[in-house]
Amino acid sequence: MMDTYLFFGLVLFYLIGAVSSVLLNKKDRVCAFISFISAAVASVFGIVFSLSVISGDTFVLALPGTSFLQFGIFVDALSAFFILVISIAVFAVSIYSIGYVREYFGKKNIGYLGFLYNIFILSMILVVTASNAVMFLIVWELMSVISYLLVVYEHEKPETRKAGFTYIVMTHIGTGFIILSFLIFAGASGNFNFETFRAAGTVMPSLLRDMAFIFALIGFGAKAGIVPLHIWLPYAHPAAPSNVSALMSGVMIKTAIFMLIRVIFDFLGAGSAWWGYLVLAVGTLSAIIGILYAVVEPDIKRMLAFSSIENVGIILIGIGASMIFFEGGRPVLAAIAAIAALYHLLNHSVFKGLLFMGAGSIIFSTHTKNIEKLGGLIKKMPVSSVLILVGVLSISALPPFSGFVSEWLTFQSLLLGFNFNTFTMIVLSISAAVLALTGALAAFCFLKTFGIGFLALPRSEHAEHATEANTPMLLGMGLFAILSILLGILPFYILPALDKVTRTFIGTSAFSESFSLSSFGTIVLPAKISMSTPLLLVLMFILLLVPFLLLYNTKKSRAIYETWGCGQPVSTARNEYTAHAFSKPVEMWFKNLYRPARQTEATYSASPFLKESFRFESRIEQAFEQYIYNPVVGFVMAKSRRVKVVQTGSIHAYLSYIFGTLVILFMFVIAGGS
Amino acid sequence: MISQIVLVLLQLLVIIALAPLLSGIIKKIKAFFQVRKGPSIFQPYYDIAKLLQKDSVVSKNVSWLFHAAPIISLVAVLTAGLLIPIFITELPFGFAGDLIAVVYLFALARFFIALASLDAGSSFGGMGGSREMFVASLVEPALMLSIFAIALNVGSTNLSYISQTVSAMGINAVSPYQILAFVALFIIAIAETGRIPVDNPATHLELTMIHEAMILEYSGKQLAIVELGAMIKQLLVFSLLANIFFPWGIASGLSASAVIIALLVYFAKLVVLGAVMAMVETSTAKWRLFRLPELLSISLMFSFLALVSFIIVKGG
Repeated sequence: MMDTYLFFGLVLFYLIGAVSSVLLNKKDRVCAFISFISAAVASVFGIVFSLSVISGDTFVLALPGTSFLQFGIFVDALSAFFILVISIAVFAVSIYSIGYVREYFGKKNIGYLGFLYNIFILSMILVVTASNAVMFLIVWELMSVISYLLVVYEHEKPETRKAGFTYIVMTHIGTGFIILSFLIFAGASGNFNFETFRAAGTVMPSLLRDMAFIFALIGFGAKAGIVPLHIWLPYAHPAAPSNVSALMSGVMIKTAIFMLIRVIFDFLGAGSAWWGYLVLAVGTLSAIIGILYAVVEPDIKRMLAFSSIENVGIILIGIGASMIFFEGGRPVLAAIAAIAALYHLLNHSVFKGLLFMGAGSIIFSTHTKNIEKLGGLIKKMPVSSVLILVGVLSISALPPFSGFVSEWLTFQSLLLGFNFNTFTMIVLSISAAVLALTGALAAFCFLKTFGIGFLALPRSEHAEHATEANTPMLLGMGLFAILSILLGILPFYILPALDKVTRTFIGTSAFSESFSLSSFGTIVLPAKISMSTPLLLVLMFILLLVPFLLLYNTKKSRAIYETWGCGQPVSTARNEYTAHAFSKPVEMWFKNLYRPARQTEATYSASPFLKESFRFESRIEQAFEQYIYNPVVGFVMAKSRRVKVVQTGSIHAYLSYIFGTLVILFMFVIAGGS
Repeated sequence: MISQIVLVLLQLLVIIALAPLLSGIIKKIKAFFQVRKGPSIFQPYYDIAKLLQKDSVVSKNVSWLFHAAPIISLVAVLTAGLLIPIFITELPFGFAGDLIAVVYLFALARFFIALASLDAGSSFGGMGGSREMFVASLVEPALMLSIFAIALNVGSTNLSYISQTVSAMGINAVSPYQILAFVALFIIAIAETGRIPVDNPATHLELTMIHEAMILEYSGKQLAIVELGAMIKQLLVFSLLANIFFPWGIASGLSASAVIIALLVYFAKLVVLGAVMAMVETSTAKWRLFRLPELLSISLMFSFLALVSFIIVKGG
């Protein structure tokens, strides 16, 4: 009963937020406050509700409907986990938004943003709780359309409109495949309730099962941003306002992961062995391709979007490994791998939310998202920079921060596959090697971003005049920074909860002789493999004594001087290393992928030794767009032009089409009826 | 309890005390191969002692991060030192992290030094930081594969467990896959410790340096901390090589005699590894930065072969 109130409270506050935004849209300040505060209140309901479901029973709520089309809410521990992920993100992002939208005061309609924001979150909540395929598709579509409207919020920029278009096309291709997948289930089960999908999924002929799996992987994969269906993501996520980007990258793409888990484990019962290998391969590919494009990307928000592709890849590596183990009859190992995946999912929603908010703060105070124009922000934005540094350390998987725990678990779950056959061993170790490369490149990428963006001297007027973000923004980021640290050092609170979640679709607890927790929050695996981030943190603090003992008792005198420039006084921003130069080694290493094109142009005065001006331009190729999408788009456009013949624009022609269609349909009905 | 604390302190002391000596010994052996007299093996101690007495000159562009980085980096390396068996397999804090955690602690140390390299706004620093992170990215896949090869052979990534198991196996531990994994990890060790052909620790030509370019802006006490951190990391990488692949002689229990023997054996192993490293450094020239992917591909291949040969020998 309690749960019902909580759930209605959650829905109610999102609706209040949405409606009051519309009513108050003339008063920017009040409107922003009311709309985001009610979203934050709703998210608190969401957090309490999901925790209560995870620790208690499944929550089911039937809405009125027919036996064929029974709408309803179904929240098991898995759904609740995703509500939790969404709600945590929403809470921090909403507080941040109160400060962030001041950017738009007087320029844009805040009521419109607040309305979309609340409905967007509500649609995500409904996506992970729908109990019926038709209802799911409606809310899924709602989520897609609302997020499209949010992406094109700053529609006066042409690149935003293009990003929105790419997004809406790709997401609908995805929805098409989802519908196909659901129709297969519905055909086998006779109706659209997920409950019956569960029963039908395991008894369908294997060809249908394979097809349902592939369609679901493509459909939800397009939303999750897996390679090669990712091309919309690096355009759409950066185009949206930063608070929305934080939600899109942090949680929206996770709803697709949620449905993948639902379909694969819950409906289909994990299926054939090659499914797992396929998901693992897709995950590995997404991880490496995502980070490779992130490393060379100068736009900080696009870089973060590419990194989301990478992180979805890491999550899918865990899920793929889990599928392989599950199919191989080792549910305990499957549970460990699934826990690793969900842990990373939770971590990613936190640190990616933090980093997107950080990017938003940078844009808020410098009005640029080009990293080459930043620099020196650590002095102008001291608090923000510390918070962002926490996010950077977490996403770079450095101990004892959150990313480290989940990556460590992912590596260990890949190692656990060594109890399997030769093929699995080789596949998993290749995947691990690629994952290691991905991790190292992620560290490279975020080191570059922080080092170039925040350290040394400002590279432009914009960065020169940067100021600290306002209080609500700092609060929002601060919450996530603290959470990033807690997720790193308190795995012993999180793992048992995650275990409850994975038990819903794997059926077995991971806690066994091959996985346990012991004192100091140590995670213990077989053969004495263990790791304890809290202890590592404590050791680090104790060991701080060593440098302090070394530095103690020595005179503290420090001369401030110019940076060394071979004897020349060169302490200007022009002498700094650029982000492009920093990532150049990686660009050279993977030049077959990037195919960098460079253009230089110099004008000379008097002699060819005296350059008057110099222009340098370098860009890399987006291979997937160039070689996969552009040909397809070209083909479709050419064919569409042919079809255009029937679109005369004359009302008489259209009336005759309608008449013709009606006649054919009548004939069809009559023929079918007899 | 007391003995555990003593053990931890002893291990810390050994690590900190031996690290400069190892550097000195390698320099001396290198000098021998190059028919030079070379500085005393205690020179690194004198250097650090002197640096600790000196005042710092700090760039006016830097932030707090520049000052914090050496300390965080040293602490990360020392924490890794508590997870690696040096002279005894029973580490009190051995359960706090495995080989993968050690790799990530090294990454933490590197991350902060590389961040600090960008803080002064010098091109050299950026160059060094970029290259350091580049080499680290090259190393990582090979490193992870060789960790997997070792884990496959021994069954664990816990370093104490690995040392114990290999030590107990005696001479039987020598196998094709173990040798292949050793070669792979040795190449990685060259890169991790910044030695020729990856980086030249003796160079002071800005355009060719990696590690030295990164720390160019450090001076005085801070430089002492950075240098000490680098030396300790080198010692730990050598210890990993020694105690994963030939841990024989390492103490398994807490008896004074075993510990003393283990310390002597450990020192001998370090000298041998140092000599091999010096030979490699003397007989090769530094490679161009963009040829390094080839070197590390070789390492990657070795670790992959180690995996495959294990599967062939053991039949999967």
